[in-house]
Order: sequence, then C-alpha cells, then structure tokens
Amino acid sequence: MTVYLFRRLIQAAGVVLAMSVIVFIGVYAIGDPVEILISPEADQYERERAVKALGLDLPLWQQYLTFLGKALQGDLGRSFVFNEPALKLILQRMPATLELAVGATVAALIIGIPLGLYAGLKPDSPLSKGIMAGSILGFSLPTFWVGLMLILVFAVQLGWLPSTGRGETVEVLGMRWSFLTRDGLAHMVMPAINLSLFKISLVIRLTRAGVRETMLMDYVKFARAKGLSPRRVIMVHVFKNILIPVVTVVGLEFGGTIAFSVVTESIFAWPGMGKLIIDSINVLDRPVIVAYLMIIVLMFIIINLVVDLTYSMLDPRVRLEAKGT
Amino acid sequence: MSTTTAAPAAPVAPAPAAPPRVETPFQRFVSEFAASRLALAGLLVFAAIVLIAVFAPWIAPQNPYDLAQLDIMDGRLEPGSVGGAGFTHWLGTDDQGRDMLSGIMYGLRISLTVGVGSAIVACMVGASLGMLAAYAGGRTDGAIMRLVDLQLSFPTILAALMILSFLGKGILNVVIALVLVEWAYYARTVRGTALVERRREYIEAAQCLALPTSRVIFRHLLPNCLPPLIVVGTMQIARAIALEATLSFLGLGVPITEPSLGLLIANGYEYMLSGKYWISFYPGIALLVTIVSINLVGDHLRDVLNPRLKR
Repeated sequence: MTVYLFRRLIQAAGVVLAMSVIVFIGVYAIGDPVEILISPEADQYERERAVKALGLDLPLWQQYLTFLGKALQGDLGRSFVFNEPALKLILQRMPATLELAVGATVAALIIGIPLGLYAGLKPDSPLSKGIMAGSILGFSLPTFWVGLMLILVFAVQLGWLPSTGRGETVEVLGMRWSFLTRDGLAHMVMPAINLSLFKISLVIRLTRAGVRETMLMDYVKFARAKGLSPRRVIMVHVFKNILIPVVTVVGLEFGGTIAFSVVTESIFAWPGMGKLIIDSINVLDRPVIVAYLMIIVLMFIIINLVVDLTYSMLDPRVRLEAKGT
Repeated sequence: MSTTTAAPAAPVAPAPAAPPRVETPFQRFVSEFAASRLALAGLLVFAAIVLIAVFAPWIAPQNPYDLAQLDIMDGRLEPGSVGGAGFTHWLGTDDQGRDMLSGIMYGLRISLTVGVGSAIVACMVGASLGMLAAYAGGRTDGAIMRLVDLQLSFPTILAALMILSFLGKGILNVVIALVLVEWAYYARTVRGTALVERRREYIEAAQCLALPTSRVIFRHLLPNCLPPLIVVGTMQIARAIALEATLSFLGLGVPITEPSLGLLIANGYEYMLSGKYWISFYPGIALLVTIVSINLVGDHLRDVLNPRLKR
C-alpha cells in the first residue's frame, strides 16, 4: 500500500509539473508576455524597467524556473484590475463556488433519487417514460440555455426568484456564506438547480438501474416473503444498496461541477471563481488566469488521487496490479 | 457480394412481390435504423437544419452581416412585426435591427461548421492515435493512453477554457480547442475496438501476406473499427455544437462579426430581463432542436450498430 501511495503521489506531482509547463508555455510563449504581465497603461520607460524586473530578458527555461519557484511560494502574480495578489482573489471567491457546487450536489440527490426510484419501480408507467426522456434532455441540453429559460420563467415572468447575485451573506469562519440566510437561499435556488441538471439526470439513471437490479435479488424476495411492508422493503433493503454507487459517482462528479460552475456563475452573476475567470479572460487579466488554472489543475489532481486511493483501499485488485507491474 | 445474382435459382414463383432477396449489410442497417420513428424524425429534422444552413444566403429574408441592410430603427421589434425594409420579422429583431430568423439561419452555418468540422478533425486525430496505440502496444500504447486518461480526467469545458485563454477568440481557435478536447474520446473508442479486431484471423492473414503496416491498419483494421466510431462521432458533433455555443455565450468563442447561435443567445441575454425574450429564445430553440435531433440519431445508431445487442 505504501509503495502504491508513493507511486501515485509521484505521478500526481509529475502531472502538476507537466501542467505548469503547459500553462507557462501557453501564457508566456504563445502570448506576448510583456503585454500579458505589464499593464497596458505603462509607458516606454516603465515597460523596460518591468521587463528587467520580471526577468523577461532571461532565456525561457530560466524564466520557467523563476515562475515555478514563485508559484511554490504561493506567488502567482498580481491582478491588474484589482491590484491584489491573484491567489488571494481566487481564494476569496472560492467559498461562493463551493457553496454552489455543494448546493447543486444536494439538489441532484434530493430531486434525482425519488424520480429514479419511481422510474425503477414502475418502469412501464407513462410518468417513468417521461422521467427517462427528461433525463436524456438533461444530458444533452446546454446548461446555459436552461439557465436562461429558468431566469425567463421564474424571475421575469413569474417574479418568484431573484435572478442575479448571492443576496445577503453571513460571515462564518471568516468567509461569507449565502446559504444561512433566507435571501441568500432564494438567490441560490436557480443557480444550484441549473448546475445540477446534468447530475440530476445522472442520479435518475443510476438509481433506476440500481433499483431494477436490486429488486431481482434474493434478499429482496426474502424480505418480501417475510411479509415486510413494500415500503420497508424499498426504503431499507433496496434503498441502502443503491445508495453506494450513486453517492460514489456523485462524489466523483464534484470536480466537474466546480468546472461547470463557470457557466452557471456567468449566467446568474454569482460572484465565485468561475465568474472571476471569465471576467479575467475578457479583460486579459492574465495573472488571475494563470492562478486559476494552476489552482483548478491542482484541485483536480487531488480529487483524482483521492478517488484512486479510495478505490485501491476498497478493491484489492488495483493494489495487486500495481505491485505486479 | 451476392445481391442481384441470387434470383435465377427460383424462377417458379409468379408473385413479383416476394423475390428471394438477400440484404446487404448496408440495406439491413438502413431498415434497422428506419425501424425507430423517433430516430428517423431526428434524422429528417437534422437534414432540414443542414439544408437551411447550406442555403441560408438564398432563403434568409436578409443578410444579417450586411450593415447596409440593417436599420437601427428596426431594433428590438417584436416577433411578427413589419420592419422598415417592408418584410415581416417573424421572430423579431435584435438590438441592431437584425432579423432574428436570418440571424439564426446564418448562425446555424457557423455552429454546424464548427461542430462538424471539429468532430471530423478530432476523429481523424483520435482514430489514428487510438489505432496506433492498439497496433503498436507496449510503451507507445502506454504513453498514448496516459495522455487520454489525463485529457478525460479534466472536464471538457475547463480544457477548452484553458486553450482559448491562450489562443484568444476566433473560429479557427475554437475548432482547435474542440479538437484538442475531444480527440481522446475517439482514441479510447478506437483502441478498444482495435484491440479486439487485431487478434482476428483476417488481420493475421493480411500480416502473413507481408502487407505494409500502414495498409494493414488503414485498409483492414480501420474499416472494421468504424461502427463504434460513427456512434461516438455523432454524439460528439452534438457535444461540440453545445460546447461551442457555451464558449461563445461566455464570450470566448467566435468573434462578434460572425455570430453563432451561442453568441446570438448571449446578445439577447441583457434584454431578457426587460421582457424582450425573443432575441435569446429563438436562437436557443434552434440550438436545442439541432442538438436533440443529432442525439436522437446517435442514440439509435448506438443500438443498431452495437453487436452485443444483435441476436
């Protein structure tokens, strides 16, 4: 196990390093670094001084080492727009994004599981067919369009829910959260549902497949034969067993949810990391772009690593395979 | 092989309705595909959309790129109202007085070009690499599949975002980004099929004939890996169109001078809150119909072409 852990850690570090090279080349070599790193308002003299100060006259590999050294110390440059360290800006906005992603995950479970349960128990009813058709739509519709339609219906036509922003926030543990106030929750409903559409479909399908398989198992038949009420059979015997794969997959999807919040946050003007990166790309605030990309890459690699390690703990075959090679 | 020459064996039956016909695999494929009305409807709708896109310059009421034809006084007209140019704007106009129907027809051209174009290029790149991985095996296989795993572990939107933030806007850049994001799906699919196929006798036979490797790969192995590739390709076209629309909506995709459906939707976004829904709504419907029709076709193709579901 230790050997496996060690190998995976080295691999993960290798990927981070490779991604840092890609990001570095992308920003420093494809684009013009002078234009990228120095504010466009600077005059000729300031420009030359900045080129010296940033070491842009050095060879590329040396620049990369400096970039890497600084990145390891948590210095990923300063934003032109906010004139603050890029890393700090992103970390400030992280709670909003995490809150939204968690909200979306919860929404997916609350909406998806009952629908999937119904579709699995009564596969031939018209409602179940409707649910399954709806889940295909959930997979194929572009998120942003559904978001716009949500705004059109619930904010513009009906006026039930606010369409933009986070609403009132409360400070807990030094970070601002929306989900603790009524107003904040109202603001969160539409973005969270929008972000969870894909996951709702996923949960419906997984739950339905799980129910249909589990219903045929001997222990379910036995529970029925024992004379338990159908309610108890479903809620205890079936439900417990389908929950494991559903929760696993939804957990795996968490990273994807954070990535897709880019779209949702832009539509609902939710002030999270995703909106920040889109705004930064549009005004070419490149230090923020670099910082965002590095953080998100790191986040993904950690998520993947945790998933791999969890699996290897649960499934001994993975470990054996790693030992064999 | 023997489609037309099968007849003379039984010249007795007088009824012309039932000749002993032998179906070619293609005919069987067509009849199996046509068995699903939904998929057939999807195919028809998609064909109509392609025709509209191709013939947009001739059937659109207005050329939305020609500034001389636009009148700012016609801006934000409601659907069905008659503009200054004298024709009815069935789907209304946008803020610059552009007829939405024409805008959508021209936007479809861009969306389809980007979607189909990127899918074709990604398919060629991905299929070649996947085939190479399966055929060469060993280290080459390991290296290519590592790359595929890496690519697939990142959400597409993120990878596309990253690439476009390096390259900047533009149709070509969007295509490049989509190709770089999607090749891995094709590579994985082709490798999976090719690994099975390369152990078959006909590949062994081709190798025994001392044919050049490239010929074995492209003339013998590739055609037999096509069915799953077609399924993935169909689905990926829909995904590429949706992703392009998303990127354009975020302002990272196509430039404002050549609006795709996503950009048309983005343009109408700010007016939607004041109740002028049609600027965003109708391009969205067009996008929706396109994506759903492709998915219907792809979903059924998967069932028809899947050997596991065959008898």
